[in-house]
Amino acid sequence: MSQSPLIEVKNLKKYFTQKSSLFDRKPSPVKAVDDVTFTIEEGETFGLVGESGSGKSTIGKSLIRLHDISEGTIKYRGIDIHNKSKKEMRSLRTKMQFVFQDPFSSLNPRIRIGDALAEPLLDHGLVTKDRVRDKVKEVMEICGLPSYHIDKYPHEFSGGQRQRIGIARAMVMEPDFIVADEPVSALDVSIQAQIINLFKELQEKKNMTYLFISHDLSVVEHLCNKVGVLYLGSMMELTTRDKLYENPLHPYTKALLSAVPIPDPTKRRERIVLKGDIPNPANPPKGCKFHTRCPFTEDICLKVQPLFKEVEKGHYVACHLV
Amino acid sequence: MSERASVLEVKHLSAHFETEQGIVRAVDDVSFSVKEGETVCVVGESGCGKSVTAMSVMGLVQTDVKGDLFFKGKNLAELSRGDLRRVRGNDLAMIFQEPMSSLNPVLTIGEQIMEPLLVHHPYSKKQARHKAIELIELVGIGRAEQIFKSYPHQLSGGMLQRIMIAIALSCDPDMLIADEPTTALDVTIQAQVLDLLRTLQEERNMSMLLITHDLGVVAEVADFVVVMYAGKVIETGTVHDIFASPKHPYTKGLLYAKPVLGNRTKKLYTIPGQVPNLVDLTPSCYFHERCEHAMDICREKMPTLKLEDRQHVACWLYEKEVKG
Repeated sequence: MSQSPLIEVKNLKKYFTQKSSLFDRKPSPVKAVDDVTFTIEEGETFGLVGESGSGKSTIGKSLIRLHDISEGTIKYRGIDIHNKSKKEMRSLRTKMQFVFQDPFSSLNPRIRIGDALAEPLLDHGLVTKDRVRDKVKEVMEICGLPSYHIDKYPHEFSGGQRQRIGIARAMVMEPDFIVADEPVSALDVSIQAQIINLFKELQEKKNMTYLFISHDLSVVEHLCNKVGVLYLGSMMELTTRDKLYENPLHPYTKALLSAVPIPDPTKRRERIVLKGDIPNPANPPKGCKFHTRCPFTEDICLKVQPLFKEVEKGHYVACHLV
Repeated sequence: MSERASVLEVKHLSAHFETEQGIVRAVDDVSFSVKEGETVCVVGESGCGKSVTAMSVMGLVQTDVKGDLFFKGKNLAELSRGDLRRVRGNDLAMIFQEPMSSLNPVLTIGEQIMEPLLVHHPYSKKQARHKAIELIELVGIGRAEQIFKSYPHQLSGGMLQRIMIAIALSCDPDMLIADEPTTALDVTIQAQVLDLLRTLQEERNMSMLLITHDLGVVAEVADFVVVMYAGKVIETGTVHDIFASPKHPYTKGLLYAKPVLGNRTKKLYTIPGQVPNLVDLTPSCYFHERCEHAMDICREKMPTLKLEDRQHVACWLYEKEVKG
């Protein structure tokens, strides 16, 4: 693509400090995100996968500046968003929205959903008061919520409908970029399919760009064009969906893919079962972070952290053995 | 393989809850059996009654449970409290979805593994301790001595679930009931726990009743599948039959709606609408509002489970007189 990418993340680091005791003079930082670089093109769905504690949500929140970052730059259409004043950020935010895993806990139970959806529009002065109800109804219909629900309260909706509200609330601002953090993990299979289709539909209609955070590799394969695999805050592998699923190079990616249960009893595959647990992110292993669980560990892996390098065009891997 | 003895037989099990809105038929006339050494999976979405079924078998539901439960030929309802207590935890063990909240935070792991051993067996404390350490090693955790002395908050979710399995296995049960044992775990850890359950089951010829919503997990471990919807069993069959030729429109929908690795479609199949409210359902097929084949009879009469090919299915589409 010739134009510059919509989102450009360079050497992103986010450290959280934790004090183990009151007298701890030098608290050791938890490196939630440790030197991550990637770009998202316009109209693309970028999938971030990883297990708990891999830093995928932290990256998502950094991208729309829900918290500050420790180092690195994040650019949206070439604008360094972590270098902007609060005021400038406020107008930029309308273009970047967030969809949470559990929409119920992010909705005020005492506010009708029509009002909840209208609030950001009025706040930012995007629509006049007499037009706002129509606008809200229009967005609700786009997100598959019949508009006669406009005066209902959040508790009157089912899980799937609540997630539609969550998406509608992001869409109402007419953003071009949405960070969706595990938006379908809490839903049942039949509802999950409805929401996944909705994400696809919105993308086709409105040319949306998504950062889709998920631990479910089958959902990511279905929805994303490009995928990044995270482990303990570092990117292990980054490439297009086709390359990642057909030719995974990093041992962690291979193990993750082989661990996904396939709903077909005739296909019992050889599985790479990883030993042990995910190490504590506050105290990650030295060298390659994955070496404690990797089936192919060699001496060099214990000592030197592998570089994140391009092994073939558009396929980046951080592993000594590739 | 078909002529193995049944370990657990569930006959016409119903569990109804009275609420302010009306009676909720969480489990309604559910029957199935689990044979020796067999894994039966109960699948369904939230609110279909799969967990209540499991809890009713263990006698953990605080409501009127109707129907008969036979465990190794004994009717559980006729047992005295003391006898039931001896069966539970000893012959029949259960693990839950949330290992974190099922363990006592102020007791060490060791104390909690030793407890059923001391209650159900004439073990001395020393023997129980020895056996507990063996069990920790059995479920694949190294540093058993150290783990024995730790508290639940010091372990990760995957390790806690292994501890739960260790506790459940401590008295060599004939049957293990597992309610969503891997749902709260990461995929790589889920793979470990599923492998562990499978090998332990084969080694001990233990029967297993596994409750799950994940069809992938079902395909990996089940021998026999029970599909539930809105408190009813709508289809049962061997795992190969269910996955190769699902009969009920809901079972088909569930299978098609799930994105599958390596199988890219442009649009996912969806089941329209959502699960009905279980309060005061009228006699009808509970799936009719979401079913694309719904006929008049589906709105008026409830279908019963009938044998069709090799599966049992509750659907009017397979009734001869209706079809003709």
